[in-house]
Amino acid sequence: MSAPLLSARGVTKRFGERIACRDVSFELWPGEVLGIVGESGSGKTTLLNCLAGRLTPDGGTVTYESAAAGTVDVHGLSEARRRLLARTEWGFVNQDAREGLRMGVSAGANIGERLMAIGARHYGTIRQTSCDWLARVEIDLDRLDDRPTTYSGGMRQRLQIARNLVSEPRLVFMDEPTGGLDVSVQARLLDLLRGLVDRFHLSAVLVTHDLGVARLLTHRLMVMQGGKVVEDGLTDQVLDDPQHAYTQMLVASILPV
Amino acid sequence: MPDGAYNYAYLDEQTKRMIRRAILKAVAVPGYQVPFGGREMPLPYGWGTGGIQVTAAIIGRDDTLKVIDQGADDTTNAVSIRRFFARVADVATTTRTEEATVIQTRHRVPETPLKEGQILVFQVPIPEPLRMLEPRETETRTLHALSEYGVMQVSLYESIARHGRIAKTYNYPVLVNGRYMMSPSPIPKFDNPKLDRNPALQLYGAGREKRIYAVPPYTPVKSLDFDDHPFEIERWTECCALCGSRESFLDEMIVDDEGKRLYVCSDTDYCQERQGAQAQGKEAP
Repeated sequence: MSAPLLSARGVTKRFGERIACRDVSFELWPGEVLGIVGESGSGKTTLLNCLAGRLTPDGGTVTYESAAAGTVDVHGLSEARRRLLARTEWGFVNQDAREGLRMGVSAGANIGERLMAIGARHYGTIRQTSCDWLARVEIDLDRLDDRPTTYSGGMRQRLQIARNLVSEPRLVFMDEPTGGLDVSVQARLLDLLRGLVDRFHLSAVLVTHDLGVARLLTHRLMVMQGGKVVEDGLTDQVLDDPQHAYTQMLVASILPV
Repeated sequence: MPDGAYNYAYLDEQTKRMIRRAILKAVAVPGYQVPFGGREMPLPYGWGTGGIQVTAAIIGRDDTLKVIDQGADDTTNAVSIRRFFARVADVATTTRTEEATVIQTRHRVPETPLKEGQILVFQVPIPEPLRMLEPRETETRTLHALSEYGVMQVSLYESIARHGRIAKTYNYPVLVNGRYMMSPSPIPKFDNPKLDRNPALQLYGAGREKRIYAVPPYTPVKSLDFDDHPFEIERWTECCALCGSRESFLDEMIVDDEGKRLYVCSDTDYCQERQGAQAQGKEAP
């Protein structure tokens, strides 16, 4: 391990008077999954958007170790280069699959879009790759030409993951990937994600309010409250021995089954 | 004599200047949509207000004007626009492609090859090729600026997945000069190869959306496709019932209640020229 894949230094984002996230710093190493947990409104998603270059922070820097271009300042890049990065080396999985998918075109086209955006022009190859990825995310191949509007919530989420991973990104940002799914579907999706992260040696930043998801998927955890990181450490350590009062409250409020 | 109640070619001189500036910019950046201050014209949107403003801005007394609608010189729209310019701009009009210096067209490119010095003015309903895929104007402008055209390829992929081939037959997207994605206006894809490296200047005017774009002479225009599904134009098994052409774009007409079909050239001038030549050939053996 030479350098962290992604590092944030003092990232701050304000919306008018309101501070959505304040002075967040961390480093993400290759192959690592970082969880960001906290209640609604604690600034998790804002932070994720700042990291992924979708929002411009008011203070601080985000640097990324690019395979193609070396160390880059995410917000110092031109828009063209940032968008190129976002569709080649990065993935972004939205909470609402409808935001991350093109609902008007078939699943195959959804998966193939990134390939075509970076210059693939052979229909047969694109279609074969789409098939491979559909199989990887455990969707029946006869649904390849169906639109995502005909898919269930869990299938849409899996399709969204396939669409992002097709360009073999190194870093994936996930915003509540299991939100709004029922428990058994969640379990399958988590299994799948764990397998894919392992197999493709992905690094990921995962935002969730579900500590169970964090426990299963992440290596390290940051706990946010009111826009600030109040605690961070190894996932098991944070969840089993929470130090900060807020973390203790979060852990204690998990419903016992 | 021009109609004295109006300025020459209907539009006032300042407006024509403004449109000419937009045209110059459009020619300088092939395929780029230049906004302009579109004026109310004495015909409804959708009938060629964009084309007529471009024609008004470039036409002069020495010009010869031809106007076609779906390839025909004798349809209402074509006749009205031709008569309009004969009255307000005092220009000679013709139906012969070879004689014309300015050709305003809707939905076709003439079959007769164009020459240097000729100008082809297209009437464009929707100038933005990405409109049906991306409704936000701010986003389409960004996509053009960064030449991110993957989404257009996605629409072609979708067409093959659904129909087994690229089913789009008109308004077929093209890449101009290797840079800008352009809507060629609703011409049949049969005409797309004629846009490529054409010696004539092509100007596109969209009245409702107030955009002008251009393809300068000899500019490469490439129709989008896939390596294993190359671009193809329409073919007919029949030939033209009137002139016997196998090279031109044919309109299908149903001529009786039994569903009998007749195929004729959509380009009336081309068809008549051929018929005339054949008649002369018969008379002088």
